[in-house]
Amino acid sequence: MKQRLNPMLLFGGAVSLLTVGAALLGAFWTPYNPTAVSAVEKFCPPSLVHLLGTDNFGRDVFSRVLQGMGASLLIAACVVAIGCLLGTAIGCLCGYFGGPADFLLTRLCDVVTAFPSVLLALVVVSLAGRGTAQIILALGVLFIPSFARLVRGEAARCRDASYIQSARLMGVSHGRILLAHILPNLRGVLVPAIVIGFNNAILSEASMSFLGLGVQPPFPSLGSMLSDSQTYLQRAPWYAFSAGAAIALLILGFSLLGEGLQRRRRA
Amino acid sequence: MLQVEHLSVQFPGGAAPAVEHVSFSLNRGEILGLVGESGSGKSVTAQCLAGLLLPDAEVTGTICLEGQELIGASPAQLRAIRGKEVAMVFQEPMTSLNPVLRVERQVEEALRIHTHLNGRQRRDKALAAMAEAELPDPAALGCRYPHQLSGGQLQRAMIAAALVSEPKYLLCDEITTALDVTVQAQILDLLGKLSRERNMGVLFISHDLRLVKKLCHRALVMRGGRIVETGAVEELFHAPREAYTRRLLDAIPTRDSKLR
Repeated sequence: MKQRLNPMLLFGGAVSLLTVGAALLGAFWTPYNPTAVSAVEKFCPPSLVHLLGTDNFGRDVFSRVLQGMGASLLIAACVVAIGCLLGTAIGCLCGYFGGPADFLLTRLCDVVTAFPSVLLALVVVSLAGRGTAQIILALGVLFIPSFARLVRGEAARCRDASYIQSARLMGVSHGRILLAHILPNLRGVLVPAIVIGFNNAILSEASMSFLGLGVQPPFPSLGSMLSDSQTYLQRAPWYAFSAGAAIALLILGFSLLGEGLQRRRRA
Repeated sequence: MLQVEHLSVQFPGGAAPAVEHVSFSLNRGEILGLVGESGSGKSVTAQCLAGLLLPDAEVTGTICLEGQELIGASPAQLRAIRGKEVAMVFQEPMTSLNPVLRVERQVEEALRIHTHLNGRQRRDKALAAMAEAELPDPAALGCRYPHQLSGGQLQRAMIAAALVSEPKYLLCDEITTALDVTVQAQILDLLGKLSRERNMGVLFISHDLRLVKKLCHRALVMRGGRIVETGAVEELFHAPREAYTRRLLDAIPTRDSKLR
């Protein structure tokens, strides 16, 4: 069975590949040290020496963008991993077994969803201090309900399917049914959800860093760069533009990829 | 021997019991038909034998499998029996296989649970069972996904999955209903052959009296949760004692029956 790749998937995939590639590059090599300060080179406009110019401390914006994208992707990956693993586990157990525990956990997820994310992040930060690990934890918890709800519905649908009944009739235990029979059925909904979750996580991380709650200076982060660049918007527009464009590219790529995957699933 | 005595099932909120004082026995190598209209309790009886009923259903009586009592058995005991001693095939072949797993992987599932064979041995046994279920080219079909197979092939794959761990009893719940007539006939022949060759007891549940007449040695007629008549198939079909059985037989369209 051959499926034609839809243009959304293709374009999204290409953009995502480009951004992930740039971030990987930034992890190993940047044209300049992204934290090296230079008093002489403050606010250089984009040139062949500094591709995207320099910022208020004379740091190379291109290098900072590369590393900032890496930080964004890494944090997003951790956040989605926490949300997806715990959410899938909770959703599977709830959907398959049902009962009062299911009711309780589903309501708990509703409570977490009802919480404004910035507020929860502020609570975590005020309890545990600022930092990357804290922001991953806070966002990770926030991402659990969406995965749990999605998986719960699928698992509940599978539970009553006759192939699960016939598996039970072969003497398959509950644990094995969940892992070997239901989990593979979730792939179709999980893959687009992970990509879209990734997208949301990047956006959330950027807003947290914008508010100064995420990655701490001097380490570069797209959100905090955007926040810093506001002050110099007229003097160094390339600074704001570079950080903003990087965020936009990341999100564009992953949202198109997610949307494309979901369309292919429905088709 | 699979012996059922005074089996009754009451669902919560149900006015009358779904199954009431049902008693019968099934020997190895025998094919027992269970006929009746929809809602007569056939499937509930089968689900009871398989232990698949909802936990809130009230089940009384005894189901004795080779001396072991199944009603009230622990989940672990039931798991040890299911698929190994007793296997079941369902009505809908299209939905009885997991859509995201390859066919061969599902046929060998019972071996993963009940034996310690390695991957290659399991695969060999699964392919042998598929060949025995008369699936053409098992190796090629086994690598496909359920949606790539026809209904008849899927039902054969289900039978292969049931056979792979060499069960002593096979419960078939309306397994030919979703198939077309020629495939039905082939599946019946297959069941007859398997029962003979493997000395396997088969409980064949159907609403189609013609199939029961063709395949089974003995038959039970159920109505409203009770067994109204039982006997050898020849007697039952040629000289029914119960009015209900006669009415069921009269309902079979014949060449002479007129369209109303």
